[in-house]
Amino acid sequence: MPSSGSTIPLSKLPLGQQGIVRELRSNSRARRRLLDLGLVVDTIVEAVCQSPSGDPKAYQIRGTVIALRAEEAASVIIERTES
Amino acid sequence: MRFRGDGLGGSSSLVGRVAPDELIIALAGNPNTGKSTVFNQLTGLKQHTGNWPGKTVAVAHGRFEYQGRKFRLVDLPGTYSLSASSVEEEVARDFICSGLAKAIVVVTDATCLERNLNLVLQILEITRRVIVCVNLLDEAERKHIQVDLNQLSSILGVPVVGTCAREGKGLEDLRAAIHHMALGTEDASPLQINYTQPIETALAMLTPILASRDKNGLPVRWRALRLLMEDSETAGDELDEDLRLVLSQAYHLLQEHNLAGDRLHDSIVSSLVHTAEHIAKSAVTVTKRDYDYRDRSIDRIVTSRHLGIPIMLGLLALVFWLTLKGANYPSRVLFATFSYIEEKLTSFITTRGWPQFIHGFLVLGVYRTVAWVVAVMLPPMAIFFPLFTFLEDLGYLPRIAFNLDNYFKRACAHGKQAMSMCMGFGCNAAGVTACRIIESPRERMIAILTNNFVPCNGRFPLLITLASIFFVAGNAGSGIVPALVLVGLIVLSIFTTLFISKLLSHTILKGLPSAFTLELPPYRRPQVGRILVRSLLDRTLFILGRAVAVAAPAGAIVWILANNSVAGRTLLQHLASWLEPFARLIGLDGYILLAFMLALPANEIVIPIVLMSYTQTGALFELDSLLELRNLLVQNGWTWVTALCTILFSLNHWPCGTTLLTIRQETQSWRWTALSFLLPAATGIGLCFLVAQASHLLGLI
Repeated sequence: MPSSGSTIPLSKLPLGQQGIVRELRSNSRARRRLLDLGLVVDTIVEAVCQSPSGDPKAYQIRGTVIALRAEEAASVIIERTES
Repeated sequence: MRFRGDGLGGSSSLVGRVAPDELIIALAGNPNTGKSTVFNQLTGLKQHTGNWPGKTVAVAHGRFEYQGRKFRLVDLPGTYSLSASSVEEEVARDFICSGLAKAIVVVTDATCLERNLNLVLQILEITRRVIVCVNLLDEAERKHIQVDLNQLSSILGVPVVGTCAREGKGLEDLRAAIHHMALGTEDASPLQINYTQPIETALAMLTPILASRDKNGLPVRWRALRLLMEDSETAGDELDEDLRLVLSQAYHLLQEHNLAGDRLHDSIVSSLVHTAEHIAKSAVTVTKRDYDYRDRSIDRIVTSRHLGIPIMLGLLALVFWLTLKGANYPSRVLFATFSYIEEKLTSFITTRGWPQFIHGFLVLGVYRTVAWVVAVMLPPMAIFFPLFTFLEDLGYLPRIAFNLDNYFKRACAHGKQAMSMCMGFGCNAAGVTACRIIESPRERMIAILTNNFVPCNGRFPLLITLASIFFVAGNAGSGIVPALVLVGLIVLSIFTTLFISKLLSHTILKGLPSAFTLELPPYRRPQVGRILVRSLLDRTLFILGRAVAVAAPAGAIVWILANNSVAGRTLLQHLASWLEPFARLIGLDGYILLAFMLALPANEIVIPIVLMSYTQTGALFELDSLLELRNLLVQNGWTWVTALCTILFSLNHWPCGTTLLTIRQETQSWRWTALSFLLPAATGIGLCFLVAQASHLLGLI
């Protein structure tokens, strides 16, 4: 899967698009929870749907769909993939 | 003030009393893996199983026998990890570390094995007495996902059993595997996770010194890992001088490789996740790439910008309509049955020649109130709860939380509060208990304190009856109109909930919204079978039992008040006239306010007590037609403002006795319980005062 090279926060990933986790910018507790969800570096994520108000959004992470609020998803830095 | 009083601490208390010949088996697993179904199948114990993340906070346990041996099965809270970032994870980890269990069955979901393996690997680090149960194989097959159980077993180095717990398939193999492992006839050699080189070196530095100090048989490697992660408490190792020295050398080494603090944690978790990924790659085959196409399509519709909220309200209206429609007939049958029994009781007492007041107190007071509560409450609950559980089982509730989260976030509350709120439509006491799914103590308290702002089943009849006879043109006693009226009132109550939540967040429960992570589980075919019916009856009968327990004394008190006179007027009249001036200020009258007070045990009896007071019959009764009811109320001075204020007061007043006791139990505090009483009461009084005074000033009546 070729990647575009530029990074964006996960919260900015358009629906139906995929990206690869490059960095987590939160710390301690919040970071651990994201890691426990399987959001480690090099993980492929896809934005699958959003709530009627646009936030939270749901992401496909390692075979499970997890909803994250924008401010949390913003701490996950991803690289867009051209799938 | 304590937030949590579940008594989860202390591993031994989780198991209950264990007979000496019982072997303890623990059941672990991620939420939504059908763990509770496996538990029910093994033990035959009734436990509610829902497609609801984090359901099992209270730990259930049950017994089963296999080949003459007795087993005690402990259902640990569903968790994704053992990193102890929540109470559930702590409970699960402490129990696994306690060494009490002869075997730990880790239930996994075949449709997303990779994620589930993360927990399996973490448990394998603590104990080798692990059996992996790959559940939901039928779901996986439907999604064209194949799991090679033999391959998985040989990689993990522990027994792997495939099951479809809902169909009861594979349970016999699971029992056999548990029996086999618990009796210790097999020595497993589980997979060891390889961490990055610096971490491995640091571990190697610590293991010799730890090996010389045994701690409850916990593996040396795992204890070393805990020490590196600055969690010496869990491993139980005392940090004496020798250990400190080695540990500081190990830290130094890690720092040289830029692996301190969060980075060390990242690296450890990454190794686990990547190991899980590799295992899944070699044991799982997905023959259809878009296996979750159907789920995603449904999600796009039920969470869409324009349809998400309307679909939600539509489903709500449908559930209410079915409840109201369906409860009608069985309620009548129950009323008829109870009045038949009452006749028998009456003739029994009269033939004995017992004094009149005994008959009045027992039959007209206690018996009639209890009968009324059962006849009015049982049918709607027996319909509402199955319908609700149907949506729960289907996996729809997390979508409601997803849709509404943004509103709750703006109120500085948690999206999962939407789920406990929905449960509150059935029964506020059940709703308060359901608040356990909210991890953050602050947000959990907000959810508990505001649960009563949404009306429960017990308040529906009043809301619908008054709304129908005063605000709906024509006689709208049946059909879809009452359901829609109810939905309107419920939308209002949701706004109140959000407003009060926000108020609490900015005053006594200050704080920022905590992180929100919610799994949207795959949609599942609801289990309409035996387990569902049984667990529902449990839920319904449990609440009904408590309601009856409080209704009986209430009936007695009402009867005494209505049948004892001082200075030519009954006590009920005295109390009502004493309340009258205040009640008038808020648009009610003394009898209505008194009825709300006397109905503390159960909201259902508000209208009956009001009618009883107006007609002075001294006992509960039932009116046949809505028109008759309207006439009676109008004769006693009711206007549409009275009806509106009564509706508003019903939506916003103190919680019922059962709910108050539940709040006390959940918060372990009388002060929070008192607040949960005062908050809606003040809201209701304030709202009714505004409506009553405004309508007077504007000359609307």
